[in-house]
Amino acid sequence: MSVYTTNEIRGGMKVMIDNDPCVILENEFVKPGKGQAFNRIKYRNLKTGRVVERTYKSGDSIPGADVVDVEAQYLYSDGQHWHFMTKETFEQYVMDDKDLAEAKQWLKEQSDCVLTLFNGAPLAVVAPNFVILKIIETDPGVRGDTSGGGGKPAKLETGAVVRVPLFVQEGEIIRVDTRTGTYVARAKE
Amino acid sequence: MLLERKNNLAAWQPTATLERLQQRATLLAKIRAFFAARNVLEVETPVLSHATVTDPHVVGIPAIFKAFGSTEEKILYLQTSPEYAMKRLLAAGSGPIYQMNKAFRQGEVGKIHNPEFTMLEWYRPGFDHHALMDEMDALLQCVATAAPAERVRYADIYQQYLGVNAHTATTDQLVEVAREKNIPLHESLSDRDAWLDVLWTHCIEPKVGQERPLFLYDFPVTQAALAKIRHTENPPVASRFEVYFKGVELANGFHELQDADEQARRFAKDLLYRKKHQLPEFSVDERFLAALAHGIPDCAGVALGVDRLIMLALSCQKISEVVSFTFENA
Repeated sequence: MSVYTTNEIRGGMKVMIDNDPCVILENEFVKPGKGQAFNRIKYRNLKTGRVVERTYKSGDSIPGADVVDVEAQYLYSDGQHWHFMTKETFEQYVMDDKDLAEAKQWLKEQSDCVLTLFNGAPLAVVAPNFVILKIIETDPGVRGDTSGGGGKPAKLETGAVVRVPLFVQEGEIIRVDTRTGTYVARAKE
Repeated sequence: MLLERKNNLAAWQPTATLERLQQRATLLAKIRAFFAARNVLEVETPVLSHATVTDPHVVGIPAIFKAFGSTEEKILYLQTSPEYAMKRLLAAGSGPIYQMNKAFRQGEVGKIHNPEFTMLEWYRPGFDHHALMDEMDALLQCVATAAPAERVRYADIYQQYLGVNAHTATTDQLVEVAREKNIPLHESLSDRDAWLDVLWTHCIEPKVGQERPLFLYDFPVTQAALAKIRHTENPPVASRFEVYFKGVELANGFHELQDADEQARRFAKDLLYRKKHQLPEFSVDERFLAALAHGIPDCAGVALGVDRLIMLALSCQKISEVVSFTFENA
């Protein structure tokens, strides 16, 4: 695996820090006029999800991580294990329910997703930015309500709960932004 | 081919808007008017020089010169600041002088660093660093419409924010402070001044000079650079000041060292540091030392990053917003 020096590090790069795969979020060059040069590097630990900052001397090096994102499809879950298949190679991967984090609340069978593979094993799964899901449970809305203000919780077919406007009814299909977990609009199948 | 070039918009467009470039021109004119009104002479000194600085952490960018017909290549350096040349003018009796010109620093690229930048540097015979801070204050109020600056001693600010004596604390004590403050360092630093810098950038700099510029003065003697050291103080301090505004380091000034022998010793010390840390060693600027030996007037001088000043005056966040083209797309 390649090694990067601080000046090559860019947002989005995958590197190994303290033996964990991490993704770089920010790399800021800091140098007092007459002082030593540093890089303040902010990154997310891909195993724990934690965002951390660390200061490196400029010129220090950080090893790259064998981390790749591949497009995949969620096949099915047996309760304990989730099964995925990559779109390009049709290879199948299995992930533990507990490792799925928040992505699982947006995934239904046949959903597209992105699998992050670390040394060839699945590390994380990311749902698409937008998903279209059916409401399976919500209180009946009040008549005459428009989309502004208020809202009510609605349970979706995947188990996620999002706030929807009062006029949206059980059985309807909606579009949700998975990055913020918010309702976007009503959708058609 | 032509269409392909036209479509490649990112490749040719300036990084600053034309409106910003007009505002920049106005500010540059204001700076020149400020010095004209005070009878400070505008000078130009070479950007390309035979010698460069020995500073451990400031590096010149080399350029190769070859006379037509010759095979001999001569390595010259783009100036990191016009300091040595301007002091040679002072030694020649120039009186008060200023210069606004390009300076170059090897390796320095970032949000507020461009390896090529505009530097304003001026020298005032008869001034000490306090008198020059007065003038700096007036300039910042005039050009950046800043509020009057606050002045704090280097030692006082470290005491106030970190409860540590910046002049006498050992490296181990500084390391301990850094640990208490949870500064996440990848690897330990060997150098005491680097620890002071890290404490500054992580714990103090973000909190100071937000409403009004902060003038930090009387530095540890290990950071004297080209400033006089006042041995009468206990502990001795360097008559150096820096200017911080809105989290940005703007300027660095000295009550200038006049003693050629002391200057030569500091250069030798720099070179020793470079050797010890396996950094390239450069030859000392003998013409500058000769000028010092001839004698420069008692004076104070300061260098200010003009791009950063304009950035702050126009409420911008990055140098790229106030220069026509940055290093990346020059």
